[in-house]
Amino acid sequence: MTTPQRSDGVQPGRLARSALDENFRDAYPPLDAHEAIVAADRCYFCHDAPCITACPTEIDIPLFIRQIATGTSEAAARTILTQNILGGMCARVCPTETLCEQACVREAAEGKPVEIGQLQRYATDTLMGAGVHPFTRATPTGKTVAIVGAGPAGLACAHRLAMYGHDVVIFEARSKGGGLNEFGIAAYKSTLDFAQRELEWLLQIGGIEIRHNQRLGHEISLQGLREAHDAVFLGMGLAGVNALGVPGEDKIHAGDAVDFIAELRQAEDLASLPIGRRVVVIGGGMTAIDAGVQAKLLGAEDVSIVYRRGQDAMSASRHEQEHAQRKGVRLICNAAPVGIEGNGSLTGVRFAYTETHDGKLVVTDDTFTLPADQVFKAIGQTLAGVPDALELAGRKIAVSETGATSVKDVWAGGDCASGGDDLTVTAVAEGRDAAEDIHRRLMM
Amino acid sequence: MADLTTDFLGIKSPNPFWLASAPPTDKEYNVRRAFEAGWGGVVWKTLGSEGPPVVNVNGPRYGAIWGADRRLLGLNNIELITDRPLETNLEEIARVKADYPDRAMIVSLMVPCDEESWKAILPRVSETGADGIELNFGCPHGMSERGMGAAVGQVPEYVEMVTRWCKMYYDKPVIVKLTPNIADIRGPARAAKNGGADAVSLINTINSITSVNLDSMSPEPMIDGRGTHGGYCGPAVKPIALNMVAEIARDAETRGLPISGIGGVTTWRDAAEFMALGAGNVQVCTAAMTYGFKIVQEMISGLSQWMDEKGYTDTSQIVGRAVPNVTDWQYLNLNHVTKARIDQDLCIKCGRCYAACEDTSHQAISMSPDRVFEVMDNECVACNLCINVCPVEDCITMEVLEPGQIDERTGTVVEDTYANWTTHPNNPMAKAAE
Repeated sequence: MTTPQRSDGVQPGRLARSALDENFRDAYPPLDAHEAIVAADRCYFCHDAPCITACPTEIDIPLFIRQIATGTSEAAARTILTQNILGGMCARVCPTETLCEQACVREAAEGKPVEIGQLQRYATDTLMGAGVHPFTRATPTGKTVAIVGAGPAGLACAHRLAMYGHDVVIFEARSKGGGLNEFGIAAYKSTLDFAQRELEWLLQIGGIEIRHNQRLGHEISLQGLREAHDAVFLGMGLAGVNALGVPGEDKIHAGDAVDFIAELRQAEDLASLPIGRRVVVIGGGMTAIDAGVQAKLLGAEDVSIVYRRGQDAMSASRHEQEHAQRKGVRLICNAAPVGIEGNGSLTGVRFAYTETHDGKLVVTDDTFTLPADQVFKAIGQTLAGVPDALELAGRKIAVSETGATSVKDVWAGGDCASGGDDLTVTAVAEGRDAAEDIHRRLMM
Repeated sequence: MADLTTDFLGIKSPNPFWLASAPPTDKEYNVRRAFEAGWGGVVWKTLGSEGPPVVNVNGPRYGAIWGADRRLLGLNNIELITDRPLETNLEEIARVKADYPDRAMIVSLMVPCDEESWKAILPRVSETGADGIELNFGCPHGMSERGMGAAVGQVPEYVEMVTRWCKMYYDKPVIVKLTPNIADIRGPARAAKNGGADAVSLINTINSITSVNLDSMSPEPMIDGRGTHGGYCGPAVKPIALNMVAEIARDAETRGLPISGIGGVTTWRDAAEFMALGAGNVQVCTAAMTYGFKIVQEMISGLSQWMDEKGYTDTSQIVGRAVPNVTDWQYLNLNHVTKARIDQDLCIKCGRCYAACEDTSHQAISMSPDRVFEVMDNECVACNLCINVCPVEDCITMEVLEPGQIDERTGTVVEDTYANWTTHPNNPMAKAAE
């Protein structure tokens, strides 16, 4: 008898619901009060601490950890949220192993950094769990700002502006806010609908209205927004997806990893979500890891992430790579796809081994085929639907240090804007800093 | 292997680790288990006069302070002397001593400050076969309100008087346990010696309030909304105890008086330090109350290993060995110049040395944009604070400047002669050069 797990093709219900529940629970369970105190005790309260410098939002980490250690987690949360209003989500999704925890002096001392991410989660969960929104809105200024995109950059920008008393309208393309926090992160990193809970909590500041199903270039235009508001902030992320440019790419089960991740996050019932028996993910970033791991957790028997360069060049952190390997995902490096195979339905992906000569990637004639009945492409996203008026820097909207674009009264931040890594925490920092600049200009 | 056998006042014990008079030594059950675990001796929990036993509170008896990871650093108690009948204790003492003839058995006593009370209890103790007595002149709480414990220990005349009675009515060694709740420990120590004491033991606990409950606004430990001062002990009090032991060891009047060292002894190293400052043995309580009797195994193995490494074969060789080096500030060599040195390979770049020096000391550590921390010799007074706050052992050390080198802070050449405050030109009281 063929079990659901061993049947070929792309189909739902490979695992029992109980197994799915187990697979998709919090991958890194929160610290309890005792664990938090023990973890906080390890912080050395460094001078001008390296962890602060390593944090894109420059959270005063030693201070908030000392506040936890002294039994005032609510004060710790205020320290965090003052710098990073999405500190709760960042505590869950930040690659801390390449940011604050990599810089932690205890990483240098004994290879075991203070668990900064987990402590941040402990503090922010404590405050949010108590239903407290620790900020108040200033007297309304009468100024209005339009924000495009209710993702991390837009929300951080909106909150800071609302705090200063400006009225904010967020125009969101989807029917639900949160951006990549809601649609682009592995389910096991943000359980119990955290992105929506955090969004609702953030909106408690007041003065922020979200309008859904509003796409730039369709329902709204940059010119229209500029005319109706005192300033505009663009934080719409990267809506386009890079194509492989190989034959067979249009096959029915050759999809985009971002769509799979979004679909999984929105699924009411994971058992109804179809997944292949053999899955190949093409790419080397966080999206590839999130797709590969979740394919495995859904019950795919065999999952490979294939990356065209060496492992060190993967943009997913080593920690994430190891997480994938622990979950049984195979990482194959130095191989580039040359064709998606199958007469009708998809049967495999043909790869050619690659070599790097003087930093240049060369695709060799040496090929192999990985059997597959589903392929996810995760080779990057691109800017789409940008108004012509905006100058670009490379493939992103050109912005100044404070997020100002080439167009007067228009700022941009997050993944759609130049500079910085495409991380939630970077988007928050950019949204916040743009808000500060917008506020300065509006109050001149 | 070094011989840990200790002869204290003629009382032999297989090692210098005794359990102090306290809850761990309150009854036969505990003491037998302590001896089985390897303890060299015990001082039985303090006995009072015949009659109705004392009563204790029925709420918390202990308060504590903690370091990182909730390590217990200091313990405070408001427990009184034994609350079991005198006869029960005496019978148990006799039984245990008979079964463990090679271990030291000392009986702690606290009875009212009159000759009759002491005269009454001493023969009873004598009958048990115990090796000696310890006079509890130290407990700072409860009993002192009734004219006993620290109330006696704080008045040298009483100390001397009671010691004399004990020497009169008891023919085995008398150890006088001193309270640290006094301005100068040498007073009661001299009094004990004058009264004929065979030894002193110190320190007893220190008056303390460990914390305040900020909800009920009561000191802790809290009994029904109120608290009282208790006796403080544990690792936190060790420095105070070491100083008091050293003061007695080097005092002209008490020099040579045997000392049993007490106060925060937690490891073999603590014990060795007390002994180096003149203690013939040590008594332990808080460490046992924190970790159980088993810790004595580490104390025994650690002291043996260290003695072997140093070539000591007998504990008597280490007793008092550091005493000649304990001196007054005025005799410290002012020509001895050191500078802090930061080992860049060991440095983890936490910057605590910088914060400490820059904010609170002599602004003698520089910090580069890439977090390299270096000592500026022209500002460094060698205060040691950087070493004290550095989380990495031996990362910062003190380098001694050799005679002939220039101290960049003062611009003077380091001299190879010893010179102290008594002859310093800035000292108005300086003795004229001979």
